[in-house]
Amino acid sequence: ERAPPIEVFALNKAYVEDTFPQKVNLGVGAYRTDEGKPWVLPVVRHMEQKLAADETLNKEYLPVLGYEPLASAATRMLLGSDSASLKEGRATGIQCLSGTGALRVGAEFLAHIGKHSIVYSSNPTWGNHSLVFLNAGFTSYRSYRYWDAAKKALDFDGLMEDLRNAPENSVIILHACAHNPTGVDPTQDQWRQIADLIEERRLFPFFDSAYQGFASGDLDRDAWAVRYFDSRGFEMVCAQSFAKNFGLYNERVGNLTFVAKDRSVIEPVRSQITLLVRANYSNPPNHGARIVGTVLNDPVLTEQWKSHIKTMADRIISMRLGLRERLEKLETPGTWNHITDQIGMFSFTGLGPLAVDKLIADHHIYLLKGGRINMCGLNTGNIDYVAKCIHEVVTTTQEASL
Amino acid sequence: MSLISSLKIFSPSSLNTTQNALSVVSSRANSWWSHVEMGPPDPILGVTEAFKRDTNPKKMNLGVGAYRDDNGKPFILPAVKMAEAEIAKKNMDKEYSPISGSPEFCKATINLALGEDNEWTKNGLNATVQGISGTGSLRIGTAFLSAFFPGGKDLYMPTPTWGNHVPLAKHAGLGVKQYRYYDPKTCGFDFHGALQDIAKIPERSMILLHACAHNPTGVDPKPEQWAEMSKVIKEKKLFPFFDMAYQGFASGDIDKDAAPVRMFLKDGHQIALSQSYAKNMGLYGERAGAFSLICSSKEEAAATMSQLKIIIRPMYSNPPVTGARIATEILTNPSLRSQWLKDVKGMADRIISMRQLLRSNLAKEGSSRDWAHITDQIGMFCFTGMTPPQVEKLTKDFSVYLTKDGRISVAGITSKNVEYLAHAIHQVTK
Repeated sequence: ERAPPIEVFALNKAYVEDTFPQKVNLGVGAYRTDEGKPWVLPVVRHMEQKLAADETLNKEYLPVLGYEPLASAATRMLLGSDSASLKEGRATGIQCLSGTGALRVGAEFLAHIGKHSIVYSSNPTWGNHSLVFLNAGFTSYRSYRYWDAAKKALDFDGLMEDLRNAPENSVIILHACAHNPTGVDPTQDQWRQIADLIEERRLFPFFDSAYQGFASGDLDRDAWAVRYFDSRGFEMVCAQSFAKNFGLYNERVGNLTFVAKDRSVIEPVRSQITLLVRANYSNPPNHGARIVGTVLNDPVLTEQWKSHIKTMADRIISMRLGLRERLEKLETPGTWNHITDQIGMFSFTGLGPLAVDKLIADHHIYLLKGGRINMCGLNTGNIDYVAKCIHEVVTTTQEASL
Repeated sequence: MSLISSLKIFSPSSLNTTQNALSVVSSRANSWWSHVEMGPPDPILGVTEAFKRDTNPKKMNLGVGAYRDDNGKPFILPAVKMAEAEIAKKNMDKEYSPISGSPEFCKATINLALGEDNEWTKNGLNATVQGISGTGSLRIGTAFLSAFFPGGKDLYMPTPTWGNHVPLAKHAGLGVKQYRYYDPKTCGFDFHGALQDIAKIPERSMILLHACAHNPTGVDPKPEQWAEMSKVIKEKKLFPFFDMAYQGFASGDIDKDAAPVRMFLKDGHQIALSQSYAKNMGLYGERAGAFSLICSSKEEAAATMSQLKIIIRPMYSNPPVTGARIATEILTNPSLRSQWLKDVKGMADRIISMRQLLRSNLAKEGSSRDWAHITDQIGMFCFTGMTPPQVEKLTKDFSVYLTKDGRISVAGITSKNVEYLAHAIHQVTK
């Protein structure tokens, strides 16, 4: 039977086929410049030229667990060079097929070797989380409360209650920063309480880090939650993506960081993951790994890269400010501070399904059913139009109050 | 794992050491992972590692299956270099690929397998998706079959088969069964054994077939034998799943190597097909491959396509683009395509000539054994027929590294070391 189309791709298709000149794509999660164009980072272009000119390179297979300079640098980037687990040899990295691939390998390991069967993610969460874990061998996928629609903020009490009721050994997916799709992150104090609870209830933390650096513009700031858990001595895994922060969407560069309490488990764990990878795809792709691995191990290139991240993060933050200002100026009903309180690529606008339908059908502004918009789709050329249309649909739609 | 058995490992001579040992032990006890055992070492990688440690200047690595030139070096195909230059000029972006890979890549890839003007692609009967090279394509295929194949969930494989076929199929949830294939007495194809076993397979089962350059034996059925197999497979209502990892690389002729696949389609089978560009384009680490289903209607192709995407998205969302772009550029650019055909023929020819040299040198050494299988077999690998003790001696006394089953990677032989190899093989087999 024909399967239902996957929402974000169906949305993109509809956008592409739309001939309306002022159409706006606030769907798929990829960075766009102020001209609305994809951006290949200058340091990436530079690296590709360098790699092309390097006669010593070839296309031989990478090791099963990937390009080691990438994996170690990615793990260090995540945990920070001060990390006790890193220094003690209790942390290791495995190159994977971007964030999704890292989630999948981690999930397969936890299911097959760790014998975990229950996984929780936030409600809402990235649309692909459930299938990744269920296909990996988990038998139960559950949600913990996260988004408070009335307050347009984190439902912290609901989150804590749901985690308190989670059975021991449950794996808990935590968005490291720039929660997708809401853009709402816990505060540091809330993270501390979450950590206490996870420890008390013997739950297993699985961080999804797709936006390190991309969220605030600062790599260390965006890694705070993961590093806090690391400093508390948790065993955990973290799926890292370089799709957004390196703009390497289609090269599928990612890393799975694994932190153990004891260094003696690292080699057995790596050997088991080797078997899983071999049965799935043998070894990961080379090109993107060399780009990221080389940059992260070169201080000068790393600084260049950091400036690109800041460019992207700053542009997004300015669009958040711009949209909020315009809506408040238009006196659009409801409160709009959540747009600037939220962080990262996405914003949960709070717009209901009727409003969303109208935005798409009447105004050719494409966003997901749940009201998620990609801030990167906004630019100085369309922000007035978008604000105007949001105002229009909010004032003319009878829906649950914003 | 009890604290007591862990304590036995440590013989503390100082209080400090004891304290460290105890804290290590207690952290192991608190760890989620103290029960995790070391997995079995990979036999092929083990060969390479031992090879690297060997200091004998005459050492040879005939383990891993990657092409080497006559200097024993990795070979980047001229067509690939040219394609990369063309691609660089285009300043392409890094936006996400479609889940199924680029349509141009998929079309070029299935047309490579079935022929440029084939009726199946023309009529939209194929569902083709990019996969992570051959392994990833097999993984997608086995996952699809595990979920949707209407018949028995056992996948029948030839004996022997590529070492990874079994764990891969099991991981996808399929059972694994065997049919006879290699005859150790002749170092050739056990045609009658294969036919007998295939005829016994329960109806509506799945059968895995190596399209060409069988891995690990190098033994391929002759065209008339393929025709017989096609007949029996059709009679028994079996579903053929072709693994084609060496198109062009086996004989040097892409049409000849794909003939069994095309024959089966002409005979009316619906098939599954996995393709790899690792060897024939030397794109090993860039992971370019594809999985296809040839269906009975456009609607079926569309439906299966949608289900394939739902399998892929929770694996890795969408595929890596670099290898696929190179393959697409080569296949769709006429001058690059003809360069590639030359390159792949060059690789196949070198391997064929190494086979001939090895066989003639063994004769020169005075070996009385029949080594015809060295030149009868095809592709990267040769099942020499050497026994494990002979293999061990070959490694120990001559620093020639190969897998215990007597398989050698012919790609590791050069005009400079073939005489040494013949001498060594003769010494351990005479």
